Amino acid sequence: MTALIRATLLIAAIVVAWQLLFWYAGPGALTAPYETVIYALQLLASPSFYPHLIETARAFALALAIAISCGILVGFALGLYRFAAEVGEPVLVALYSIPKIALYPVVLLAFGIGMPAKVAFGALHGIMPIAIFALGAVRNLNPVYLKTARIMRLPPARIAASVLLPAAIPEIFTGIRIGFSLTLIGTLLGEMFASQRGLGFLLIQAIGLHNVRMIMALTLLLVVIAVMASVLLLAVDRRLRRSAG
Amino acid sequence: MSPGRARLLIALALLLVWEALCRLGVIDRFALIPPSEILWDLGRILFSARMWPAIGKTLGNVATACVAAVAVGVVLGTLIHRWRALRETLDPLFAAYYAIPVYAFYPLFIVIFGLGDVPQILIGFMLGLVAVVVNTMNGLDRVPRALIKTARIHRLSPVATALQVSLPFAAPYIFTGIKLAVAYSFIGVIGAELIMSRTGLGYEIGFAYNNFDNAVMYPLIVLVLAIATTVNSLFFLWEKKMLTRRRR
Repeated sequence: MTALIRATLLIAAIVVAWQLLFWYAGPGALTAPYETVIYALQLLASPSFYPHLIETARAFALALAIAISCGILVGFALGLYRFAAEVGEPVLVALYSIPKIALYPVVLLAFGIGMPAKVAFGALHGIMPIAIFALGAVRNLNPVYLKTARIMRLPPARIAASVLLPAAIPEIFTGIRIGFSLTLIGTLLGEMFASQRGLGFLLIQAIGLHNVRMIMALTLLLVVIAVMASVLLLAVDRRLRRSAG
Repeated sequence: MSPGRARLLIALALLLVWEALCRLGVIDRFALIPPSEILWDLGRILFSARMWPAIGKTLGNVATACVAAVAVGVVLGTLIHRWRALRETLDPLFAAYYAIPVYAFYPLFIVIFGLGDVPQILIGFMLGLVAVVVNTMNGLDRVPRALIKTARIHRLSPVATALQVSLPFAAPYIFTGIKLAVAYSFIGVIGAELIMSRTGLGYEIGFAYNNFDNAVMYPLIVLVLAIATTVNSLFFLWEKKMLTRRRR
């Protein structure tokens, strides 16, 4: 209950700050909260908006699926062998912190403009944190689990599926939670530079045309979606961690 | 074989494969040029001094954004940490923060501050800030109660306690935040330059890309990645030194 009150207070504070900023900066810079909400709802109701929303959702889902599966694969492959982990982990951390945005021309040249480029750009952003957390999860695993699996002569694929994955799920989920945000940003950035459709494209188009109403409504929609998804993922994350003890 | 040497060998092998694929024509010259040429072009660009203003401007803005994010982030983190209700209220916002496309605020900043350095610095600052705040609070969470009690017995003021006891203890965690702030400042500033600006490395990369000028684009990309990686490794070494000193 208190959580609900806190959330309401936070939203109220943001709306007040937003309105004050509107009064300060004027309608040339941003639109007022009420007007923005109305326009966002109008966007949601208009049939020309839906293809963009679905395009972004599809690109994001694909990118996230690639980031999760490849991230877990890389993390497990490195985590299972100590030497590989020692060699690979600093590389993963370095790749995590390089400004991947500088690589966008390379992605464009490799994939061309359209769906593959933005999926690749999204996956590129999300894969590193998931791999790093998966690697950490395997390394922090109780070694008895792995020894038992080896004594039972399980093949590596079975070890991964029936021992590693269940034991490492809570930690991997934290990685997925962080990877989720980064993949979303990556997909949107990919759409901004490398696409003719999707929310990112609408955003860069609105920025180019200085369509303030559109920029504000899109930003609001994206923030609401991102915050709702993050709150949900955070709740699942906490539950997983609690049940794992 | 040490891990460092293995990394070096793998990197060299990849570079050789890349070079060979380009030289044999498997990869189109319009898509990717061989690493040796990139290095040669980079040397030429750095030597000609044509790019120095852009490089200086970008690095200056990144540094400003990063220093501001760290300074404000540590202070904010310490304040929010003291006020429990505020922290619990802001928690979902912090968790969702990095899913928000901060670049969407860039046009707003341009309208308010003009198309100068300030909007780009602000984007880098906004991206880095929350990483520092969250990691500062994370570190302060781990300060043992005995330390806080000792500070209280010595009648230290809250500010003195923070400066002399809790923040030094939390330093390794704050360091994690600083490293993230460095990375995010680069991403923010260069991304903003790509979207809309008149100078800077991000602008030059976008300009070269639009003109199919691979002989400028790839060297600049490599330059950005090299600078970011060097800064990160320097922080990594500094952190390692600090941690070994602490263990003694």
